[in-house]
Amino acid sequence: MKSIVGINKLSFKYDKADILKHISLDVEQGSFLSILGPNGSGKTTLLKNVCNLLKPHNGSILIDEKDIEKIKYKELAQIIAVVHQGTDVQFDFSVFDVVMMGRFPYLKRFQSEGKEDVEIVENAMKSTSIWELREKSINEISGGERQRVLIARALTQQPKVLLLDEPISHLDIKYQIEILDLCKRLNKEQNITVITTLHDINMASRYSDYILLLEEGRIREMDTPEKVLTEKNIEDVYGIKVDLIKRNDNERPIIIPKNM
Amino acid sequence: MNLYRKMYRTKIFILLLLLLFFILFSITLGDVKIPFTDTVKIILNKFGFLSSKIDMGGIKKSNIFIVLNIRLPRILLACLVGSMLSLVGTSYQAIFKNPMADPFVMGVSSGAAFGATIGILLHFNKGIIGFGLTSILAFGGALLTTFIVYNLARVGSKISTTSILLAGIVMSSLLSSGISLMMIFNHDELAKIISWTLGSFNGANWTQIVVILIPAVVGTLFLTTFARELNAIVMGEEQAQNLGVNVERTKKVILITASFLAACAVSVSGIIGFVGLIVPHLFRLILGSDHRILLPVSVVGGAIFLVICDTLARTILNGIEIPVGIITSICGGPFFLYLLKRNGRKKLI
Ligand SMILES: Nc1ncnc2c1ncn2[C@@H]1O[C@H](COP(=O)(O)OP(=O)(O)OP(=O)(O)O)[C@@H](O)[C@H]1O
Ligand SMILES: [Mg+2]
Repeated sequence: MKSIVGINKLSFKYDKADILKHISLDVEQGSFLSILGPNGSGKTTLLKNVCNLLKPHNGSILIDEKDIEKIKYKELAQIIAVVHQGTDVQFDFSVFDVVMMGRFPYLKRFQSEGKEDVEIVENAMKSTSIWELREKSINEISGGERQRVLIARALTQQPKVLLLDEPISHLDIKYQIEILDLCKRLNKEQNITVITTLHDINMASRYSDYILLLEEGRIREMDTPEKVLTEKNIEDVYGIKVDLIKRNDNERPIIIPKNM
Repeated sequence: MNLYRKMYRTKIFILLLLLLFFILFSITLGDVKIPFTDTVKIILNKFGFLSSKIDMGGIKKSNIFIVLNIRLPRILLACLVGSMLSLVGTSYQAIFKNPMADPFVMGVSSGAAFGATIGILLHFNKGIIGFGLTSILAFGGALLTTFIVYNLARVGSKISTTSILLAGIVMSSLLSSGISLMMIFNHDELAKIISWTLGSFNGANWTQIVVILIPAVVGTLFLTTFARELNAIVMGEEQAQNLGVNVERTKKVILITASFLAACAVSVSGIIGFVGLIVPHLFRLILGSDHRILLPVSVVGGAIFLVICDTLARTILNGIEIPVGIITSICGGPFFLYLLKRNGRKKLI
């Protein structure tokens, strides 16, 4: 399998202390990877390194087998699309215009949005079921709808990799399933590599091909959900005792915290 | 098919018609009233290929002179300055993500005023070919101050919004104190300095237009090509970068171009406040935050606004001219407060 994101001995610090320490990993093209870890373990920081918002102070990152430092901004945006955490700005754009922004990396300075761009936007909006919202203002829709708008915008970038930072943390259970189902579908149907941070271990278990468990900026383990989600790993990393439950052999494990 | 162009073209076209109307109407007003038809004839007559077809009989020579050499240059200069200030306001507000940012935050105004004051005190006012050395000093002062503020606010290769606003305010107070000091020691020139700091198009001439036309047009066209970048940036700088915008470079380029335009504007008109706040806000409320429409509309809208204000400035009191900066503040201030009140914090950007 081809590696789409390769991280090699990456260390990162904001000021003094290292936040990420010696991270090395490869993400296969077309896989679904969840990043788990307690608050402050460095999940967001790792994502921001992968999308070039932060620069590692040691080590290197390869995107599509190219050094990230050598990729131009627009070119990178054609490979990686990012859905940021809870964006709340005072602006007034229509949903359609927000999704159209995803075409930015493909448009030259003096070129305007054409028929093809409109089609791509329409398809992205239909596959995220927000086409009906196209004329609404981005301020007048619910949190779950807004999350789907941002995913639709990411899709119009026609990326190979979709990065999401806690895409479901403010959503109710229905929207949580809806968003993750959508990611899984894009992953399966369009072979888009999905890398997402999550807090919900059971959701990660249910949707991911691989789980990366971070502990204080180090990789505790990166493997399939069955291998990573063990009572010991969870107790060591999160400091809580859990029971692992599997209803049958084909199913992914679920965790339930032990009674007090 | 071009979706956006089509949607926007009518709006801009209507505004352009409005602008044309206000320009012509404004020419008819003043101490000497000139009939509308005569005004149109005098102007059309200037287009060589039309002059044979137009009957200029019955139009006074003095009226022709007033239209072509006094009112028209003044009104066109007001258009140019209004466009620039308003476009600069729109751009600053977007890159600072601060609805209160206006063309003067970068210290442009205080720098220009400082330069102009020095010019006035050194009696540079005589001017060569109509474009006074005072203007050149004002322009230099504006650019120099912008440069200092920019470098004070720069941390490494990044520009911090908060520091730039703070640095702008501090530089402004510093330079204002300098101006006050010079005023205390030079009572004779007090009136001139004050009138300069309040802004006026009195004495506008074709030379001024010729001098700023090219930078104004080039700068304006250049800035309007950044509409998509600005849209992405107001959504958040990290998002913008992930959409492929080189945020730091874009901010720098826009900051420098916009400050240059503001310096051009100030150097021919003095300090005219509020244009860069009112016009962008008004259109943002009506049309939303999309800079693909907001930028061109600010250009035309700024021109309309300043033509109206300047017309009031020169006609509202018989025989006495009010500095246009006072008019823009009188119209602008309350209007601005009204907008602020009505919309609370919502939709300001
Ligand atoms: N801009 C910053 N400057 C300095 N330190 C930071 C900054 N952002 C994060 N940190 C620190 O880096 C560490 C990792 O933060 P990060 O946001 O990556 O954690 P996270 O795993 O995403 O946490 P959460 O689950 O709460 O989102 C934390 O200790 C945090 O305090
Ligand atoms: Mg985080």
